[in-house]
Amino acid sequence: MVSADSDFPARYVVPTVAQSVKILVVGAFGVGKTTLIGSVSEIAPLRTEETMTSASVGVDSLAGLDGKSTTTVAMDFGRITVTPDVVLYLFGTPGQRRFWDLWEGLADGAVGALVIVDTRRLEDSFEVFDQLETRTGMPFAVAVNEFPDAPRYDADQLRTALDLLPDTPIVLCDARHKESSAGALITLVEHALHHPASQKAPA
Amino acid sequence: MDDYSDHPVRPYVITSGRAHPSRNTIRPETLLVVDPTVPYPITAGRQQRALLDMCRGVLSLAEAAAHLRLPVSLVVVIASDLVDSGHLSIRSAPRHSLPSAELLEKVLDGLRRL
Repeated sequence: MVSADSDFPARYVVPTVAQSVKILVVGAFGVGKTTLIGSVSEIAPLRTEETMTSASVGVDSLAGLDGKSTTTVAMDFGRITVTPDVVLYLFGTPGQRRFWDLWEGLADGAVGALVIVDTRRLEDSFEVFDQLETRTGMPFAVAVNEFPDAPRYDADQLRTALDLLPDTPIVLCDARHKESSAGALITLVEHALHHPASQKAPA
Repeated sequence: MDDYSDHPVRPYVITSGRAHPSRNTIRPETLLVVDPTVPYPITAGRQQRALLDMCRGVLSLAEAAAHLRLPVSLVVVIASDLVDSGHLSIRSAPRHSLPSAELLEKVLDGLRRL
């Protein structure tokens, strides 16, 4: 391995940090997860990969007797030192919960999930919302990434189309821009702050 | 990532056949740092040494894994052993419940300053 001396200390978390928190940035492939993370992260987004067998991907092949077919699932993530003692990680995860399970403990203790949606393929996000509402109980907010050629809808239209609960925040954003991405994350954290479970959590 | 390549040694060889860590408190965001006063374990293999080298400063498990180009699932097992043997320290406590309101306020402050 190449000496990491030139990277020290830039890659490291400042030594005063004593606590880490995380937000999941969730969405279908190509929806802008890594773009949003990269726009606010203090480090260039990093990638980790896990492999899963075809059986767990859900491919039901009658010919798959070799049992060796694998799929690589990638997760990109970034980091923001929010205060001298707290660092926030943004983990960009595929929409389906079964992929989250490849990274043990990924969902445990998260502030919440920011679900990124592309209005050109809303149907891709139905499964994500279904799972967030029924399986995790995690607070979440929806960020509509406004691609230039995508149809424009207002929040009420999207709430109806996505069948979201009345208190689930929806924000329009441009994932390429720092202020816009930060705004979407702020909306999620404010929502999490009012989520019943955060009041009961120990300090 | 185009430059990612599978390691020629299968993960279960590196971890002596184990797929699960010795403890369940290390998450992708868990902050790790090496104790510089403790010499590396004499039995440490290449992956163990690489992780200890990587953790000279404070780094999350996910970052260490990404820089080492190893799967998080593998590095969790290696890190757990090194924590058990006292070579690696966990800086941040794992959170099983939602973060406290106080912590969320800090996150908000930081995001508003971006």
